[in-house]
This record gives sequence, C-alpha cells and structure tokens, in this order.
Amino acid sequence: MSIFLNENSKVIVQGMTGSEGMKHTQRMLASGTAIVGGVNPRKAGQSVDFDGTSVPVFGGVAEAMKETGADVSVIFVPPPFAKAAVIEAVDAQIGLAVVITEGIPVHDSTYFWAHAQGGSTRIIGPNCPGLISPGRSNAGIIPANITKQGKIGLVSKSGTLTYQMMYELRDIGFSTAVGIGGDPVIGTTHIDCLQAFQDDPETEAIVMIGEIGGDAEERAADFVKANVTKPVVGYVAGFTAPEGKTMGHAGAIVSGSAGTAQAKKEALEAAGVRVGKTPSETARLMREIVG
Amino acid sequence: MDLFEYQARDLLASHGVPVLPGGVAETPEQAEAIAREIGQTVVVKAQVKVGGRGKAGGVKLADNPEDAKARAQDILGLDIKGHITHRVMVAQASDIAEEYYFSYLLDRSNRTFLAMASKEGGMEIEQLAVERPEALARIPVDATVGVDSQKAAEIVDAAGFPAEVRDQVIAIAVQLWDTFAKEDATLVEVNPLAKAPDGTVLALDAKVTLDANADFRHENRAALEDAASADPLEARAKEKDLNYVKLEGEVGIIGNGAGLVMSTLDVVAYAGEEFGGVKPANFLDIGGGASAEVMANGLEIILSDPAVKSVFVNVFGGITACDAVANGIVQALGILGDEATKPLVVRLDGNNVEEGRRILAEADHPLVTLVDTMDGAARRAAELAA
Repeated sequence: MSIFLNENSKVIVQGMTGSEGMKHTQRMLASGTAIVGGVNPRKAGQSVDFDGTSVPVFGGVAEAMKETGADVSVIFVPPPFAKAAVIEAVDAQIGLAVVITEGIPVHDSTYFWAHAQGGSTRIIGPNCPGLISPGRSNAGIIPANITKQGKIGLVSKSGTLTYQMMYELRDIGFSTAVGIGGDPVIGTTHIDCLQAFQDDPETEAIVMIGEIGGDAEERAADFVKANVTKPVVGYVAGFTAPEGKTMGHAGAIVSGSAGTAQAKKEALEAAGVRVGKTPSETARLMREIVG
Repeated sequence: MDLFEYQARDLLASHGVPVLPGGVAETPEQAEAIAREIGQTVVVKAQVKVGGRGKAGGVKLADNPEDAKARAQDILGLDIKGHITHRVMVAQASDIAEEYYFSYLLDRSNRTFLAMASKEGGMEIEQLAVERPEALARIPVDATVGVDSQKAAEIVDAAGFPAEVRDQVIAIAVQLWDTFAKEDATLVEVNPLAKAPDGTVLALDAKVTLDANADFRHENRAALEDAASADPLEARAKEKDLNYVKLEGEVGIIGNGAGLVMSTLDVVAYAGEEFGGVKPANFLDIGGGASAEVMANGLEIILSDPAVKSVFVNVFGGITACDAVANGIVQALGILGDEATKPLVVRLDGNNVEEGRRILAEADHPLVTLVDTMDGAARRAAELAA
C-alpha cells in the first residue's frame, strides 16, 4: 500500500505542453507513472510524443477524465492561470490535484481551497514537489531514482529536504513521500498525511519535516499525541532565521514570536516525537527505529 | 511587502476609505510646504516599519509651517529601534473622540481570511487580544464570497460599535475589504479607526502588507519598495533574481531549495558554536536547477560580502544531478577568476555523486575543499571562518 498515489493511479498533466510540464512529464513517464493525458484547450486533439510514448492532449480536465479514467492531475500551469486550473480540476471532481506551481498569489490559493471544501478533490500544494510512491507512481518533480519502495512514510514542507531524507534512508525505502509545499495556504497538511500514514498498513514509521512559519507543526504535534501510534521522527528547519524575513518559501517567515523553529521542536518533542538536530541525525533516529 | 504608513494611507484613500489630508516629505522644506497647504495644525510622523515611534520621539504636533519644518528636521534621520527615518508624513491633526480597531488578514491556521474589529482601538491589538479577548470580534470571511454590506454589518455588530457610527463603519469595512482583496493584501489594519469630535469616522493610521506573489497583476509595485533602507547586497541579489537574505555571520551559504538552505544555516550555526560562535552570513537558495551561471552570480554576491570568511556550497543533486552541479561550480570559479578569494567547502550528495566529486577533485581548485557529509562540511566551513 501507499497513500494518495499507487500503481493504479492514472495521471493527467495540466500545463503539460509548457516547458516545465514537458520536462517533468517525460521524467514521470520514465519513472513508470501512468500518464494518460495532458490538458491544454489550445492544443486539444493533438498528442505529444515522449520517447515513443504518445500522450493525448485534451481540451479540459472533465473531458480527459471521461476519456482516460484519470484520477490524478499534476498542475504546472503558471501563476496567473493556476487558480482557474485548480478550480477546473475540482469542478471535474478529480480525486487528487497536485499543484506544483510556485508563486501563486495567496488570495488565489485561499480561494481555490475554499472552493474545494465539501467537494471530492484532495489538493496537494501549491509550491510543492508533489508526491511519490516509489516503484509505483510519481506525481510531480521528485527525483524517482534516489530511493526505493519501503516502509517509511514522509511528509515535508520542503522539496530538497524531502530528497535529502529519501536519499539518506534509501536502503530502507519509502511507502510514500509527500511534499506538501512551503506556501502559507496549502491543500494537504502534515495532519492529513499523518492520518493517512497511520491508516496505511505498509507504513511502519513516519518522518515529518517542518520549517518556520505558521503553526502547522504545532497542530501536527497535537494530532500525533492524540491519534498516531506509529513512531514519528521529526526535523524542523530555520532555527537561525531572523524575524520578519521570508526565507525562500512564501510561508517561511517568523512573525514576531510566532512560527519559530524552537516552538515547533518543543511542541513535537512534547508529543513524543524524536526531533533530529540535523537532517543526518534525523535519519539516524529513524534508522534506530526501523533499521 | 510591508508598506509605510503613507503608502498604506494612499492605498486606502484610493479605495474610498476616509483619511485626513496629508503628504510625505523627505526634507524639512517639503514638510513645511505640505503643512502650508493643509493650513492648520499638523502631525509630523516618522515613516518607519516598526512600532513604538511615538515613544521614540517620532511623532510630533506642529502649529504652523515653520514649526512643521523644525519638527521634520528633528525626526528625519532619527534611529527608531534600528530603523533610520528617511521620510516623514505630514497630516492634518485631528482631535479624537473615540478610537476603534478594524483589520482583515490572512488566517493561515484556518486557511481563510479573518476580520477583526473592536470598539476599543488605539492600543496594540495583541495586547487587547490577550487582556480583553471578549472586546475583539473575530469573524472569518469566506474567500469565495468576500465582504458586502451585509457581511460588514455582521462584523460591525459583533464588535458592538456604537449606533451613531454603525453605518459609517459598515461602509468603511466594505472599502477596506475592497482594498484587501483588489490589492492582494495579506493584512489591512486600521488602528486607530477614529471618531472625530464632529462624528466623522476616519482611518488615522494603517498597516498594509502586500503579497509579493501577486506583483504580476499590479502595476508599479516596484515603486513601493523601500530602496533607501534595503541592504545593498540584498538589492544586488534581487536584480539578479536571486533568493538572498543577508545575515550577521561569517560563513557564506549557497544551497538549492529553501528548506535545505534553512537547514544548512542551522547546521553551520551549531558547528560554529565550537569555533567561537561563527554564524552563517546569508541565506541563498539557487533553486533546483543550480546552473553554472546562477552559481556564479550567487558566488559573486557572497564573495563581495566583506564579512564572509569562508563559503559553504551545499547541493543535493536531484533533478540536476551532481555531475552537472560540479561542472557548474568549476565553470563559476572560471567565470569569477581572481574575484574568487575565499575558501569554498563543497558538499554534494544525491544522483551521480561519485562523478560530481570526481569532477571537483580533478579540477583541483586551490580554494575548494570537498567534504562528503553536510555536518562535516558545515564544521569545516565554520573552522575556516573562525
């Protein structure tokens, strides 16, 4: 098993014909993902060849789903058009919409998140690397060849820290690694992933990576204490970040005394989560549990 | 981006929010001219993005234009909690009968917008929220619906505004929402929202934060930037489209991915404790691609920082594999030539790591030390900077 994404997932790509969309569709196909279509109203009816695999382009998400049975959309649409793209995916009732796009205005992401409430679509992102269930499917931009299928579940705000952790623990492997994104408003949270990993029989232990900004980690700590029986190891980045400065990710900002790495670490430790001081130490802690 | 008070005031006024006449001055003479135009008692206010300016002597009344000039002279150049005053706002002074509070903000935790309102304004809202939470109405605003006069009435009534100002505050609440939504703000805060003795309700002071991700759909956002207070290295990095934040330390940092770079700063700071408290000198994320040109631009900025004594290049080779990153570093050092003068500690990990390390070893650049682990490389970089 895995969470949110498996070998039966049929994936379409919104924005497939753009440069990022092309590059990553190629990579997703190479890692074995069932890419069944692309979406671009201006290129509907055409098809794109990726090293011998022909992928049809549809005019809209609903049409693509009807024709291919797609249940996942990966969205590379640029910021000015991303809101409409996500709303289209939600209105088509696709099961999973993975929003890779970086730089979406927060009024747009707050809007599409509100719009998706009560619907049947899980949104991951925006400003995220997507998710991978190694050996099964890869929806997004996570490198597929740095780890293998295994028993660790990983949820992280950061892309490269996800990769680093996957690589450090590549001999044990991962059920699913989810990059939830570094924006202030995101669709799937640490808590959603913790719940899914807790319910996934293949996942034996969970790594949770957070960073400064907001209170998602503190909330996740409360959730772990109340609901998670599997071992959880944590890491938080940004202890040295100054107050009031955005550190790369739009959401990574300490505001006054809120959102500090220290507060997040303390909350996690109080919930029984072992928190590593560095990514390597965090990997070692996980190795002690499942090694 | 946080706006200055005068910028926030102009933005609010452009959406119909009532404010007092005034203008911004960079010299005492300009302040005098604005006061002369207003033609009555004015208040001269330091324009700094920090609270507590009244106590620091940054807000003064002036009875006439000459007085306004003298007060501006006093305030311009004033250091308020580390913020140098480069501008003053000169606004018509107003007697205040009552002070209220009103704001809209992004509520990250609940992934929605939030209206906050109180009939007890003037004080710091954090203080009010702690001391008298019942006096602060907090009403979520659905992003797909927004605030019309009916929603505004709900907010205003929840805060219990007095009947004689209810209609005015409702109208202002709609105008403030208009500002918040149309300007892509993450905060619009009016404190105080004041009732003048004649019963008119006005926005006397405002804080506005704009979402930089929305710059593409707003003209002239660049003009709102505070070039005078910007760190020169940050300004240069911005011109080159680099994600750079200057910090107070000695180890220059380059990495790919915001999370990994934040983590690198932490690991360097831990390692630095062993070497007399050496700290990271900056945050610099060169992104997943890590091309030679971006690497060279990044190195150039970091090496031109006189505080930097060593540089730690920390890259995880994912989509761009380590061999390409190693070639990028070698090329970047070639581009920089004699400008590269400080020791570089490089840690590569990820795809094609052996090939990447081989390329760097073969290049055998005298400034470059290759260390296999992030923790070990951080220690070495800290040691070199000590």
